[in-house]
Amino acid sequence: MNSSAASSAETASPAGGVLLEVRGVAKNFGARNVLKNISLNIASGEFLTLLGESGSGKTTLLRLVAGFEQPTAGEIWMSGERLDTLPPYKRRVNTVFQHYALFPHLSVRENVAYGLRVKKTSATEIGGRVDEALQMVKMQEFANSQPSKLSGGQQQRVALARALVNRPLLLLLDEPLSALDANLRKQMQSELKALQRGLGITFLFVTHDQEEAMALSDRIALLRNGSLEQVASPREIYAHPATAYTAQFIGQTNLLRGEIIDGTARCGALQWPSEGPGGPAIFSLRPEAIRFASDDVTPHGTARFRASLEQQFFSGASELLEVNCGGSQLLRVRISARGPLSGEHEFVFSIADAIRVQE
Amino acid sequence: MYSRTYKTLVSIPPLLWVGVFLLLPYALMFAHSFWAVHEGVLVHQWNLHNYATLFSKPVYVEVLLRTMRIAASVTLCSLLLGYPLAYYLSFHAGARKELLYQLVIVPLWVSYLVRGYAWKTILGSEGVLNGFLQYLHVTHEPVAFLLYSPFAVVLMLTHIYTPFVFLPIYAALEHIPRPLVEASHDLGAGAAQTFLRVILPLSIPGLLAGATFAFVLSLGDFLAPLLVGGASGTMIANVVQSLFGAALDWPLGAAISVCILLVIISLLFLTERLEKRWSFK
Repeated sequence: MNSSAASSAETASPAGGVLLEVRGVAKNFGARNVLKNISLNIASGEFLTLLGESGSGKTTLLRLVAGFEQPTAGEIWMSGERLDTLPPYKRRVNTVFQHYALFPHLSVRENVAYGLRVKKTSATEIGGRVDEALQMVKMQEFANSQPSKLSGGQQQRVALARALVNRPLLLLLDEPLSALDANLRKQMQSELKALQRGLGITFLFVTHDQEEAMALSDRIALLRNGSLEQVASPREIYAHPATAYTAQFIGQTNLLRGEIIDGTARCGALQWPSEGPGGPAIFSLRPEAIRFASDDVTPHGTARFRASLEQQFFSGASELLEVNCGGSQLLRVRISARGPLSGEHEFVFSIADAIRVQE
Repeated sequence: MYSRTYKTLVSIPPLLWVGVFLLLPYALMFAHSFWAVHEGVLVHQWNLHNYATLFSKPVYVEVLLRTMRIAASVTLCSLLLGYPLAYYLSFHAGARKELLYQLVIVPLWVSYLVRGYAWKTILGSEGVLNGFLQYLHVTHEPVAFLLYSPFAVVLMLTHIYTPFVFLPIYAALEHIPRPLVEASHDLGAGAAQTFLRVILPLSIPGLLAGATFAFVLSLGDFLAPLLVGGASGTMIANVVQSLFGAALDWPLGAAISVCILLVIISLLFLTERLEKRWSFK
């Protein structure tokens, strides 16, 4: 079970059947094109994250799936049924809102029971399922509290229970952790992930926090100005960013702008053999791909350069160096912590780690 | 942060105002209600005679009950008009919201008297409405009950107080976070269920405030019955007015005023409690 879950997280295309299909969806607000021709499939049981800056359209896409907005063009299908023509209350989709949106006039229990009650579920079934949902998020003891008496993290749990109790095919989460402090956020991340694996419910998660996206997702869909920039698993998108934007957005990187001439890539003071087609080129080189050269030999498949230390940022297990390799070309290098450094050093990186990206 | 002298200085004007224009008149009214009139002259002789008269003569109780009936009708009618209006403006008016809001507010700038006389013109036997009904051959002679009736009073007061009912309800509806409405739809509730389970409960403080406005203001109104009420539309404030005026029986007038005041205070107390019960952060 564990190994299959782990391996499905590795694969770029999900193994389960397609649950949700977004087909050529566009959304305009007046003259503004918030979403442009988005096509995206979500597999059953997948944890897919819509990642992007504010204004990238990620929340709008979520709201289209929830039914709070209508697409200007395109269609959305779920389990072989047209979704975008249904009102929100007829979709087997539930949402966890950014600021939880708990009903202030109802107790925790009544909040969780809301969805079942409007569907005229029998009282005994409501009781059982609400208890089960509250237990799942460890909120049984607060069942009779008013939402205003709860902390942010507790409200978050109630919001989760209120959505999950309806057994949705798809759970939408709109930046659900953004209002929590750092420690609580980490804890809720791991609980969310455990919950998602345990229940096997498909999650469509919106965040602007790339670390959160990397930690939680089976796949990340990176949005930029209303278009999909790249859709891939966290490892794939980190190791092989398709564009300079992706490389910079996901983790830290050094963007090297230069050109390839006669099988050699030249970017400022750096150069290494490259087989790609000639002409202007951009490469992404992760800070952790660069290390100190251990001796005078340059092994095959590596490139070497000399640079002086400009800045050193200590961050516990590792430290980030800012080095100047001539002219004003600054590179960031991540090394394991080793005490204060200064002066000039020789660095080396594997040329396979210099990933050529599109503008 | 502020000095004691400063705090004292700024509190003097409001305290003076309240003392001279509110507490003192009330105290005088209260005292008068226990005094008497002998041969047209006020005597400072403490007694309960005024209250005894009040409850032994059916006419006063009758007028007081009629007044409360009229006030209740006005409250109900202005809620029935004001709530849907506020709901529409807050949730569905879209770009027309500002304009419609102003249109609701503008009548408040028109003098009460002007509006009263306008209703006289509309409802009278030679009035616009009767003329129109006869023109359409709905009726062949003027409909008499339109003017100088409790109906006319309720109509005029409803017209005047609907904006007062609308405003607090509108404010309450505007304060409902829209994600709550979306959450309700998301959880499977359609428009009707969302209204009944989320919007209505969360707007109850506004509704109570509006209802209180309409009821209390109608209860003390004497111009509407004077202008369009006629004999059958006389309200308690008219009785008080005539006791203080033509009848020169200030003590009895004061006793009635004290009774009205008690009704209003207990009503305010009750709605305050209810509003607290229904207000949520």
